[in-house]
Amino acid sequence: MKPTTALVPKPSFWRLLVQQKAWFWMAVPWALYCIVFNYLPLWGWLMAFQDFRPAKDFWSQEWVGLQWFEMLFTRPGFWLAMRNTLVMSLLNLVLGFVTAIGLALLLSEVRNRGFKRTVQTLSYLPYFVSWVVAANIVFYVLSLEGPLNSLLVWLGIQKDPMIYLAKGELFWPILAISNIWKNVGWNAIIYLAAIATINPELYEAADMDGASRFQKIRYITLPAIRSTFVLLLVLSLGHLLSAGFDQPYLLMNPTVKEYAVNLDVYVFTEGLMSFGGKPNFSYGTAAGIFKAVVSLVLIWGSNKILKANGGKGLF
Amino acid sequence: MKTKRTSSALRKWKQSPGDRAFDVLNLVFLALFAFVTLFPFWNLLVLSFNDATDAYRGNVFFWPREFTWYNYEYLFNNPNIFQSAFMSVLRTVSGTLLGVFCTIMLAYPLSRKAFVLRKPILILFLATMYISGGLIPGYMLTRSLGLINTFWVYIIPGLVSAWNLLIAKSFLEELPDSLIESAKIDGAGEMRILVQIIIPLSKPIIATLSLFIAVGHWNDWFTTMLYASDNNFLSTLQYELMKVLNTANQSGGAGVAGDYKLAMAKLGVQQQVSPNAIRASMTMFATVPILLVYPFLQKYFVQGFNIGAVKE
Repeated sequence: MKPTTALVPKPSFWRLLVQQKAWFWMAVPWALYCIVFNYLPLWGWLMAFQDFRPAKDFWSQEWVGLQWFEMLFTRPGFWLAMRNTLVMSLLNLVLGFVTAIGLALLLSEVRNRGFKRTVQTLSYLPYFVSWVVAANIVFYVLSLEGPLNSLLVWLGIQKDPMIYLAKGELFWPILAISNIWKNVGWNAIIYLAAIATINPELYEAADMDGASRFQKIRYITLPAIRSTFVLLLVLSLGHLLSAGFDQPYLLMNPTVKEYAVNLDVYVFTEGLMSFGGKPNFSYGTAAGIFKAVVSLVLIWGSNKILKANGGKGLF
Repeated sequence: MKTKRTSSALRKWKQSPGDRAFDVLNLVFLALFAFVTLFPFWNLLVLSFNDATDAYRGNVFFWPREFTWYNYEYLFNNPNIFQSAFMSVLRTVSGTLLGVFCTIMLAYPLSRKAFVLRKPILILFLATMYISGGLIPGYMLTRSLGLINTFWVYIIPGLVSAWNLLIAKSFLEELPDSLIESAKIDGAGEMRILVQIIIPLSKPIIATLSLFIAVGHWNDWFTTMLYASDNNFLSTLQYELMKVLNTANQSGGAGVAGDYKLAMAKLGVQQQVSPNAIRASMTMFATVPILLVYPFLQKYFVQGFNIGAVKE
């Protein structure tokens, strides 16, 4: 093979492109589409350095330098949103991983295949409904005549029914728990897939050696899902500033706003909606840039960590 | 076969009381988990068939106490519901058909190793998973493209996504070049190869993509709120449901939302309908399509996830 490639020169790029013109026409329009919808908006970042007024065209806007960024970092609302974002993300991160791995381990210990299948199938049903539907469900479950109040009063844990969603200190746990309810089944799939690839002979050998069930989990199952866990953990570190928009936005009410507004909600309400004043495109864009840049740094950093630990890296 | 029998016999023999206790506890726990996952759906379904005034007394959990169709009658008396359901179906069907076709059309050349533009175009798409202009620049773009308050705002901006492209491309990479070469020798053009060879062979991936895209369309409410809320004709079921939730939410979950009393009074309705009961019927109406297709198609969800996971 080698000599022929050396003798017959590789056809030039342009010649190949002409040969592949059908593929070219299938692919290049989508590349342009991608540039328009994903890269052209980056141009809009310039808005963050202007005092943008929608009535004027782009070039007649007034340039204001870093004014909006200064405002961003001195406004308490922004820091509150940062706090809420980090708390929500970390809660989701820790609880999300623990519950998904826990569920996968428990399911993998079930010997009855039919039972395992049924539980698994039911477990990811909530993943496929929208957050609007899920929020309606959460809202009802936590309402005065909902099941949670009844259960806790019946158990004697609580004296009277209460409106959980009106209590600021309960808002984060409510978000975290409803997130687990919606996503744990789906998140467990990837670990179950990793467990399914473990060679059964390992377990048989351990049986012969008289290993207990917990020893088998500790020394066979957990090491086998370690690389999946590390990859997903590092990936989610990159999304630390994306605590989700739908869930807090749909579940919040004026009483708990202080705990509910995360960075995504903040960009939306400050930049596009007129909550107490005019929507401020420039200010919202500045907040969006902050989020995008920090996220990019986080992703870059987590990729470094992955590579340093002998992983393949994301890019 | 023999070793398997011995090992399972061995296991049985070795099973200590502690092991058996764990098995039982595990089954009980998982059954409880499945119950907690499903019960809210069931409870809302029950509530939607229960008399609304009666539901105020609470404790309607497993079966309707005072059965009624009234909540659904009220729901279907609202002309907005049919309008928005129609729009939800329309955008889901057309968005899915177009989305799947366009994704495969792009994934096919990108799955061919010989294609000279493969790398740059792939990188262009994959980078969008990490780089994004953000909400407001995206809004400005959509506005300047004249998509606001048109049906196309549902279809065009999300037509081909990096993630779906990745899943489709890794599936199509499994199809051998020789297959395409022989079709070419028989005189088929590339478009014909795509439609008559590639697409029929990609049924599993088409099923997976359709499901992800369709669920995305059906569940989307944000696009409607942001880009199409001024045009009643474009309202979707999820957006209507979101508005109802919002009115209830402003009260912090306490009592009846003012809007409903007003709406009731206008319609001359005697019976009082609580937002909880109305929301329950509406939530069920918006969820039922997913509940219906779910048992039949869930294997494709998982399949698609596994294909994606390989690439991750």
